[in-house]
Amino acid sequence: MIRWLVGAIGFCVVASHALAAEPMEIGIGYLGQAVVKSKLSLVEQPAENDGVAGARLAIEDNNTTGKFLNQHFTLEEVRLKQGEDVAKAAMALAGRNGFIIADLAADALLQAADALRDRGTVLLNAGSIDDRLREQDCRANVVHVAPTRSMLADAVAQYLVWKQWKRWLLVVGSHDQDKLYADALRRAATRFGAKIVQERTFEDTGGARRTDSGVTLIQRQMPVFTQQAPAYDILVAADESEVFANYLPYRTWDPRPVAGSAGLVPTSWDASQDQWGAIQMQNRFLKLNSRRMTATDMQAWTAARMIGEATSRTNSGDPKTVFDFLKGPDFSVAAFKGTRLTLRDWNLQLRQPILLVDGRMVVSVSPQEGFLHQVSELDTLGVDRPETKCKLH
Amino acid sequence: MWRRCLVSGTALWLAAAGPASAFVAYVSNEKGNTVSVIDTDKWAVTATIKVGQRPRGIEFTRDGKFVMVAVGDDDTIQMIDAANQQVVDTLPSGPDPELFTQDAAGKVLYVANENDNTVTVIDLEKRARLGDIQVGVEPEGMAISPDGKILVNTSETTNMAHFIDTTTRQIVANVLVDARPRFAEFKRDGSELWISSEIGGNVSIIDPAKHVVTGKISFEIPGLRREAIQPVGIGMTKDGKTAFIALGPANRIAVVDGTSHTVTKYLLVGQRVWHMAFTPDEKYLLVTNGVSNDVSVIDVGALKVIKTIQVGELPWGITIAPQ
Repeated sequence: MIRWLVGAIGFCVVASHALAAEPMEIGIGYLGQAVVKSKLSLVEQPAENDGVAGARLAIEDNNTTGKFLNQHFTLEEVRLKQGEDVAKAAMALAGRNGFIIADLAADALLQAADALRDRGTVLLNAGSIDDRLREQDCRANVVHVAPTRSMLADAVAQYLVWKQWKRWLLVVGSHDQDKLYADALRRAATRFGAKIVQERTFEDTGGARRTDSGVTLIQRQMPVFTQQAPAYDILVAADESEVFANYLPYRTWDPRPVAGSAGLVPTSWDASQDQWGAIQMQNRFLKLNSRRMTATDMQAWTAARMIGEATSRTNSGDPKTVFDFLKGPDFSVAAFKGTRLTLRDWNLQLRQPILLVDGRMVVSVSPQEGFLHQVSELDTLGVDRPETKCKLH
Repeated sequence: MWRRCLVSGTALWLAAAGPASAFVAYVSNEKGNTVSVIDTDKWAVTATIKVGQRPRGIEFTRDGKFVMVAVGDDDTIQMIDAANQQVVDTLPSGPDPELFTQDAAGKVLYVANENDNTVTVIDLEKRARLGDIQVGVEPEGMAISPDGKILVNTSETTNMAHFIDTTTRQIVANVLVDARPRFAEFKRDGSELWISSEIGGNVSIIDPAKHVVTGKISFEIPGLRREAIQPVGIGMTKDGKTAFIALGPANRIAVVDGTSHTVTKYLLVGQRVWHMAFTPDEKYLLVTNGVSNDVSVIDVGALKVIKTIQVGELPWGITIAPQ
């Protein structure tokens, strides 16, 4: 009997060793769109692997850590072609992965979220900045890593107010998301005490982004478009569609700076960000992907790192355990922004400082000094708890 | 020969003539690409030495003859001759060195290379590279156990303290701590290892024998947001009774009871306080204030800030000559 017991214990020890040798596998899916948005500036044209390249770096980082914890991370990428069923693709991906990083437009993201509602898969939104996803259309199974449009607008507004550039000439594009950005900028102006002295709409009449004689024509159009404006300090452009904003700097009728979609731009990340240890991460990214890191890359990196952070803290790859930790009071993640990033528990939006960049340098980082908040100064950016329309269930 | 005799003779005479409390501190100025030399008798900068790009980690060799300074953007460690205050040599550190530590004999140097996820081992006498140890993402904090058997390295994105056997150069244990661990310090009796987590906002106390976190020190300062409290440098008195922790943008040094681990006082210093060094007699503690470009002097007995010394641009590390 005793011999049997000793043998059994011995077997158990051996078995647990064998188990320990087998790493815990943590699968992360990446769901993005195949179509890459076109930009006005050639140097800003996104790479085909925009976003997923950041997730790949985070998988490497997670695996370096995982080596010591016996955890192993994999990434499975799916790109949706035009018209492809997002719900079906999400379901297939969820069959093999407990976590999905999504770089999708708002409607597609909602379809994926609703299809996965009863599966226990955790969706991390790394692409869409639409406020409605965190407000009236919020979902209990979606964590938002990308900042909201209102966070971006508030970030630039705080700086302009701090700089005493309080009189804005607002120029809005004719597409829906341009109008949403303009809404966010108007809200920001009201919140922080700026004045929109006039609004103009820039109609998208179509046409190519790149032509051989492009500059000559633009140089005539833009001064004319901006003339006879009331006295203003700065032109604020809302042009997410990339139709005109980058044509404005140096071409306004009055010599005024530009902010918003061109000039001083609010963003979650920039290739020039080198504070708070970011240089190491920029170097790692460059080495792995042979190009510079964009905001979408950073959002995907942060999403995958949040999963890695939670799996290392909980010593578990189970999506429910990980999700509970992410939503709990002990979660925070370091992402080279000088402060810990945490989740807003009312809508699962990641709190984060926003960089203000001019295309070459980080000009400033919001929240700006003096914008105070009773909970976290990061909550001076975007829609705060008392104003939220989100009900998570 | 004669010259050497004369120089050392003069040095001896100077040492004998000066008051007993005069020490020399070297401060690395991260943005200025300089090292400021402070005389602790005059409490003033007596020399400014031009060094390489982005000097941060700085330490005297055990014999007090050289000051080693990690110049990260030049991918090397420069050796400053303490006698003539000039850069005389470099060490093969690997890319982007930041912090380093040496063994008790001053023969082996261990360097954290942030870009490479490695710790580089250097023979200080031959000034040659002995090997590399693979660690977590962004290695930073470095400390050697008082018995010299264990090297501890912290990795900032992996959030761990790696315990490395100094003989085999193999990792023997990994301990998870809070976000962005930046600095490691052993108690002199080897009973505790303290690790500061900059983004986590606390200090983990680890039992170095059992490799477990036995406690955490957290900080609360009225009127300050939790996010502003970012612990970095740690200094402990030789008797292990009092510890000082630099709280970064909280602009304060926390005084901590070494036994009970409770915070007993917060000392207001300059902006974004980074690192610190005691004078060998432990009467004074000098701390570097990154944003206000100065060094605060703390009277260790009275627990008071008694002096502020202007140094170069963005001071980061500090080392004081051994006696």
